Amino acid sequence: MDSPADRLRALDAARWRIALALTGAMTAIYVAFVLLIAYNKPLLAMQLVPGLSLGITLGVVVILAAWALIVVYVRWANSTYDRALADLRREMEARR
Amino acid sequence: MTPAPQPNVIAMAGFGIFIALSLIITWLAARRTNTTEDFLAAGRSVTGWQNGLALAGDYMSAASFLGIAGLVALSGFDGLIYSIGFLVGWPVVMFLIAEPLRNLGRYTFTDVVAFRLQQTPVRVASAFGGLAVVAFYLIAQMVGAGNLIRLLFGLQYEVAIVIVGLVMLAYVLFGGMLATTWVQIVKAVLLLGGAGLLALLVLARFSFNPLALFQEATRQYGDAVLAPGQLVSNPLDAISLGIALMFGTAGLPHILMRFYTVPDAQTARSSVAIATAVIGVFYLFTFILGFGAMVLVGHDAIRAVDAGGNMAAPLLAEVVGGQAFLGFISAVAFATILAVVAGLTLAGAAALSHDIWVSVVRKGSASEREQFLVARGSTVLLALASIALGIVFKGQNVAYMVGLAFAIAASANFPALVLSVFWKPCTTHGAQASMIIGTISTLTLIYLSPTIQIDILKHSAAWFPLKNPGLVTIPLSFAVGIIVSLVAPEPDAARRFADVEQRIHFGE
Repeated sequence: MDSPADRLRALDAARWRIALALTGAMTAIYVAFVLLIAYNKPLLAMQLVPGLSLGITLGVVVILAAWALIVVYVRWANSTYDRALADLRREMEARR
Repeated sequence: MTPAPQPNVIAMAGFGIFIALSLIITWLAARRTNTTEDFLAAGRSVTGWQNGLALAGDYMSAASFLGIAGLVALSGFDGLIYSIGFLVGWPVVMFLIAEPLRNLGRYTFTDVVAFRLQQTPVRVASAFGGLAVVAFYLIAQMVGAGNLIRLLFGLQYEVAIVIVGLVMLAYVLFGGMLATTWVQIVKAVLLLGGAGLLALLVLARFSFNPLALFQEATRQYGDAVLAPGQLVSNPLDAISLGIALMFGTAGLPHILMRFYTVPDAQTARSSVAIATAVIGVFYLFTFILGFGAMVLVGHDAIRAVDAGGNMAAPLLAEVVGGQAFLGFISAVAFATILAVVAGLTLAGAAALSHDIWVSVVRKGSASEREQFLVARGSTVLLALASIALGIVFKGQNVAYMVGLAFAIAASANFPALVLSVFWKPCTTHGAQASMIIGTISTLTLIYLSPTIQIDILKHSAAWFPLKNPGLVTIPLSFAVGIIVSLVAPEPDAARRFADVEQRIHFGE
């Protein structure tokens, strides 16, 4: 079995990957929204149903996406990450 | 400027009740504020829910409530661009900043940057960036406060500034972070409740169907109100503003400081989730309020009171709920300003006392009693400075000052924070250069931007094409930090990174 130090490094790498991937996803979604505003105003002006333009719909989608990404992260952190951390902590204290 | 309206008795009463409530909170908190840890970090006893609401309270400034509602009321869809930009910074705080910050630092974000680097140079540079952000944010809030209170209560601008400064001073000085946190929580609940009730009253007139409200807006003002308009005309400008808003949140000292008030990283995590939910709901409300004001109050009536549209939400409250509701919403707006100013002052006091005095001047050898005294002394100093700044900068554009604060936070604080925590080769000089260049380049490019050169100085052209420099200064600041670190490696700092790798997960 790997040493606790190796497993901590692996956990660190996993956290870092997830953090970067989720930050990248949020940035991409938001920048795409801003680019649409900047380059394709007529598309966003289109009304899906009277009173609801595509722009407003996508704006709400960006807010929902921010919430969804946070939920993804919190679920991962509360289960996988916290549990692995607790195991490691126990093991490191036992070895001391 | 339009003449000040007659003072509203209910607004005055609400304002009085809120001040009384803050002072009671202060009195209760003061009995539990005996050490520096209590004063700057509320004894690390704040729960996830409490901190989530307090974070939301710190973030939902009067500029959001009144400014964005006003922007939506006058220009429709364009206002949404701002609300979304302010919200998408929170996931970034969650993924990259909140937990490492809690595990690595004690009072300020500077603790984290300086963790494995040489203390003095990093703390000086970081306090410089942090205080620059606090100063611009404070100016924005104070100027906004003066104008609003003048409009809401008919008080003179200078009188309003002095009242805000002194009330804030009283409760920060005696109640410290605990009182500031509770005032923040009360204010967040009031603001969310007030905005929610107002949104509900608006929707009640459209059989609770937001689409009917939007349709009525297009009937009165044309389809253009539901589409992007003039606010974003230059694509690069739009992206630049967007990323400054997004990464600026992760560099605001008064927000980052809140993560030290909770007991551990798990609580920091849950508090960000709660804050993001609350702030998102709040921005959805402001959107309904903005369109509500557009339809029920009307452009002309809003502009007649304040050309910037800042009074759209209070005017709407009067239309749907009468004088009493107007008074309530005005008192909420006042509470909002007071609470945000207090959070900023405390962040500034932490930078001055903990980073500059204790770590740099006294090289870490100050006694607990001395640190506590310096923290309180800094609070008095900052409160007086904020009153002075508010009066000196009378008439400045509030939204612009807030944009400036976000640009500096994103370019000076955020890159150094990320590099020092996640990138092993980062050195003292690298972090220092990144923060200093980030701050100076942002200030310089803002000075050379069209906003200052054309709009304020009335020159015919600007040296720098973008209104917000984030697109240039954020990458620049990262690049400077990386290049300086690689040119002159610092083996000690790299060796101490092993500590960071441990502490970032396990805490102390």
